[in-house]
Parts: sequence; C-alpha cells; structure tokens
Amino acid sequence: MLDADFFRRWMAATAASVDREAERLTQLDSPIGDADHGSNLHRGFAAVMAALETEAPDTPGAVLVLAGRQLISTVGGASGPLYGTLLRRTGKALGEAAEVGVEQFAAALRDGVEGVKKLGGAVAGDKTMIDALEPAVNALGDGFAAARQAAEQGAEATIPLQARKGRASYLGERSIGHQDPGATSSALLIAGLEAAAEG
Amino acid sequence: MSEEKRVGIVLVSHSAQVAAAVAELAKGLAGGAPEVPVAPAGGTDGGGLGTSAELICAAAASVDRGAGVAVLTDLGSAVLTVKALLAEGDELPDGARLVDAPFLEGAVAAVVTAATGADLDAVEAAAAEAYGYRKV
Repeated sequence: MLDADFFRRWMAATAASVDREAERLTQLDSPIGDADHGSNLHRGFAAVMAALETEAPDTPGAVLVLAGRQLISTVGGASGPLYGTLLRRTGKALGEAAEVGVEQFAAALRDGVEGVKKLGGAVAGDKTMIDALEPAVNALGDGFAAARQAAEQGAEATIPLQARKGRASYLGERSIGHQDPGATSSALLIAGLEAAAEG
Repeated sequence: MSEEKRVGIVLVSHSAQVAAAVAELAKGLAGGAPEVPVAPAGGTDGGGLGTSAELICAAAASVDRGAGVAVLTDLGSAVLTVKALLAEGDELPDGARLVDAPFLEGAVAAVVTAATGADLDAVEAAAAEAYGYRKV
C-alpha cells in the first residue's frame, strides 16, 4: 500500500532529479522550445517541496492536489498547468483514502493523464509529455521499474517525431531529430515513483 | 445594465508590456471606454516572459463587477493556465470565462462591446468574431 509518505517521497525524488537535470532539460528546450523548461520546473518543484513542508497534507490525494496547485501557480510556462493538472487530477481521483493500492494509483494516474490530454489537446505521437506518460501508465501494472523504462523509451521515441503541439509545432519538420523536453521531464517524474518505492 | 456593472476584461500575455499595451490600445480605440474595467496580466511575477497564475487571479478580481469577466490570452501557457484555473473552480470570479479570440483584435472588440453595456455572451461573441476579419 502507498501512503502519504510515499507520495511525499515521490515529489522529493522528482524535485531532486529536476534539480539535477535542470540544465539538460533547458538544453533540450533550446532548439525546439523557449529554453526555460529546466528552470521553470525547478522553480515549480521547489515550491512544491516548500508547500508540502508547511502544509503537511496527510493523505496521498491531498499531497498530489497540493503539489499540482503549486505547479500551476509557480512554473510560469505551459508545463505548469499541464503537470499541475496531472497531479491534481490524480490526487482528486485518489479521494481521501489514507493508503492506496498500486492498481488504484494506476487508475488515478490514468485519470490524470486524460486530464492533461484534454487540457493540451495532445494525443500520443504529437511529441509531448503524453508520449512518455501514456506508456508509463500502461506499464504501471508491471511495477514502477517497468513504468520508468516505458517512460524513458517513450521520451526517446519522440526524437524522430514532428511536433504538433506547443511552441515546437511552429518549427514543423525542423522539430524532427530533437527529444521532446516535456516527455523527458515526464520520464523523470515517473522515475521518481521507483525512487519513492525504494524508500 | 447599470453603469457600474460592465463586463470585466482580463488580457493575459507572456509579456507584461504586450498585455499593458494591448489594454491601452483597446481602451483607446473604444473611445477611452473609461467605464470598462480592463486589467492586463502579463509576464511572470518576476517580470520575465511567461504566465503568472497569481497575476491572472488578481487581475480578474480587480475587474469583477458582477457582470462576468472575459479572459483573453495569447499563446501556450497563457491559455493552459487560465483553463487550469477555471478547472480549479474557486480561483477566478464567478462568471469568468476564457474567450476564444485573437488577442489584439479580440481585445478591441471585447472592450468596444463591453462599453455598450453588453452582457458577457455578447462580449464573447464580438471577440470571437474577430477571427473572421481577413486582412487580404
């Protein structure tokens, strides 16, 4: 079973990897985006960690809803409302349970991903975070390691794609050959689950 | 509709200067439209390029006269942040609405229409119609 502490560890692991990889995310965002993905997410997850500390939510759902709110408020770029919606929708789907099973979490995360697809209008193959998140959710039944692998493969698989959403879509064919920064940060988020499970 | 119950208009851009300038232009082209509450919400809290949920919420609260608030946005995160705030439920005033319109032309149409005392539906329709103005 996954408790509020597990979800706090998930956010902490993600904040740490975003901190570590901020420069790489911004580099990926330079040729096809506006070169702020790493710094934006870094600011957002720093705010998430600060809020989790002061407000100390005590259920899985409350942890994710609070984290999502912080991301929407502080990121400043499109990844804020997108990741914010992902976490908030997932948290709302978990309700007020003190502990949730992996299957229940997988179903809730699928709700979250659907929320992101609706908000951004993107589907798989558009070269967005969906290309990492959707395979990860599909693999979650086989465990967190399988989800991480699926997300990483999904992120790498965005390289040959042409962007159809966001700033990169203005580049048309010139977006081909670059790994999508949003799919890359999504793989970091999913990898955080494995780290949280390890304690 | 009484003078003090105009539809409020919020202009969300990635740039503080763009939001402020479009607000000024729209009010100017509407004959000053001094009675239409228009608030820019441009850039990030720190003055950089981007979108600030906080500035958007503050701007919407400042133009809310109880007749609804039309929110116009430029691109990407501006659109997504407003949608996410509306989904949140309690962040924006009752009757706040994201209006699907070109930013500059829509802002002018919205302010001109709001100045006539029109309701939120009419303001939204006028702003959305601006998509139809072909230049060539």
